[in-house]
Amino acid sequence: MLNLCKKSLLNRRFVAGLTILSIALSVALILGVERLRTEARAGFANSVSGVDLIVAARGNDVQILMATVFGVGSTGTGIRWESLEMLEDMPEIEWTVPLMMGDTHRGYPVIGTSAAYFERFRHSGGQTLSFEKGSVSGSPEDAVVGADVAQAFGYEPGTEIVNAHGAGQVSFYVHDESPFIVRGVLAPTGTAVDRMVFVPLEGFDALHENAAQKVTDPFSRAETSGDREERAEPDRHAGHGHHGHAPDTINAIYAGLKSKPSVLSVQRKLANYREDALTAVLPNVALLQLWSITGTAETALRLMSGAVALAGVIGMVVMLSAALDARRREFAILRSVGATPGNIFVLIISEAVMLLLAGILLGYIVLSVVTVAVDPILAAKFGLRIGLGLPTLREALLIAMIFCSGLIAGAVPAFRVYRMTLADGLSMRL
Amino acid sequence: MLRGPSGCGKSTLLSAIAGVIDVPKSSVQVAGVDVGGLSGSARDRFRVDHLGIIFQVFNLLPWLSVIDNVVLPCRFSERRRENTGGDPVDTAARLLGDLGLMDPRMLKGPASALSIGQQQRVAAARALIGAPEIILADEPTSALDEDAKDAFVDLLLRECEGAGSSLLFVSHDRSLEKQFDRTEELGNLNRGAA
Repeated sequence: MLNLCKKSLLNRRFVAGLTILSIALSVALILGVERLRTEARAGFANSVSGVDLIVAARGNDVQILMATVFGVGSTGTGIRWESLEMLEDMPEIEWTVPLMMGDTHRGYPVIGTSAAYFERFRHSGGQTLSFEKGSVSGSPEDAVVGADVAQAFGYEPGTEIVNAHGAGQVSFYVHDESPFIVRGVLAPTGTAVDRMVFVPLEGFDALHENAAQKVTDPFSRAETSGDREERAEPDRHAGHGHHGHAPDTINAIYAGLKSKPSVLSVQRKLANYREDALTAVLPNVALLQLWSITGTAETALRLMSGAVALAGVIGMVVMLSAALDARRREFAILRSVGATPGNIFVLIISEAVMLLLAGILLGYIVLSVVTVAVDPILAAKFGLRIGLGLPTLREALLIAMIFCSGLIAGAVPAFRVYRMTLADGLSMRL
Repeated sequence: MLRGPSGCGKSTLLSAIAGVIDVPKSSVQVAGVDVGGLSGSARDRFRVDHLGIIFQVFNLLPWLSVIDNVVLPCRFSERRRENTGGDPVDTAARLLGDLGLMDPRMLKGPASALSIGQQQRVAAARALIGAPEIILADEPTSALDEDAKDAFVDLLLRECEGAGSSLLFVSHDRSLEKQFDRTEELGNLNRGAA
């Protein structure tokens, strides 16, 4: 029987091929959307772990998360250095990492932070950051670059780099008076860290410090450098206002707790802190909020790919149905050599099954080829990595859904044939 | 041979014998079996086990090879397969050889490549394979020219004899009468029954 329907399909190979192609495309699309979605989520979720709280100036949780973890947007106003000290003094807090943001390096975000960042930051379910080349040192002029940044510009330890003020590829103000020297290159993580440039807080400070000084008083250079050394000491309190980057303000703080259950009480304490307007963000909660925002777009995408799959299946039914009248003689011949109407029903269903299986297989191959082709582009532009791999359970479920709906739809022409052969019998209607 | 003008019910009689149309119980008996009393699927089984059928034209599935067309009944009938003595493909090749179709390349090629006369011979081979008791031939010669007609009927009769099958040959062509043991006019039969 299978042999028969294989040969019958081969006889109509052009239309059958088109049908398989349309099913393949819908399978590839549905699985592609699903993969992109899960990878994007996994990528976001992998981007931060091990950080219990992100403390920033009062603002929206998602905005704070985007700005600190992904280097997208800004946190609004800064928070005072005293707030960091207050946080460090809290008994529940185990560690803190201060963050300063707002500069970019050739389009990549620059983060001012302390060496503790490289010890405390975790990604992809608890992995630490590791250095591919070089390491972090204490000097204010030293920079550490993420894997993607290093690859994009060919940075090696020893390269001198210059940052620009503000976001974007094109900046009108370049901090070329205070270059940094790359000392470390991070190993790839598959997260936003790959696309970041890290400089010490002191260096970040000094950079804006110099700029401010230069504009207001070109003759105070010597004084400034002395000033900088002073600020490198633990008790820092000198102040020069310069849009939120004033030496005594930072943008955000990553904090780790001694015991996780205290997270809510710490969050409440920070919200009620009177000296500064603070928000403490639980990264996972903020991620959930982010999902609820992106959820609508995701649903729209999935609906669309579902509609394409439906169109593919309908195309198959059209192909099978359209051929029925032309094949009446064929069925009469089969009946005359002993095929029951049931046999002929099975023949049509088997054809549907073959088309579906071939379509699904081809779709999977197409998806894999496309994945391999666009993976480097996605990784470079969005930090998304869609690896090859066997279908996940969810994907298998989607494939099964396409298959079953195709089977049910295929039963429609098969049932028509069944009734038709019963009525026609052996008569040769043409 | 069964003869009669067009529209007098020849094909309906064949359908009744082949068990394709519903007939009252005990009204049609073929090879000792009451066809009217059988259920639908039993009639399908009975048909493939005991009958070989040749149509007027377009007997073959164009997308199957000649050999595959001939062995089709053996796919559906255990009994026909057993009657070939094990290997339906060998038997098919022998039958086709007897009917003058020997070229192995042609036998492996698609049935649609054959001429009408050749197609009818392939259809005869298919009806004969596995030695069914009765061969029903519904005007198989109407698409053939005069010479081919006689040759086809000759071959068909010879092969039926060899296989031990009886042949019910429906035609409106009086010129073929002389080759058959017995010729009935359907009109006469009807009057006789009435």
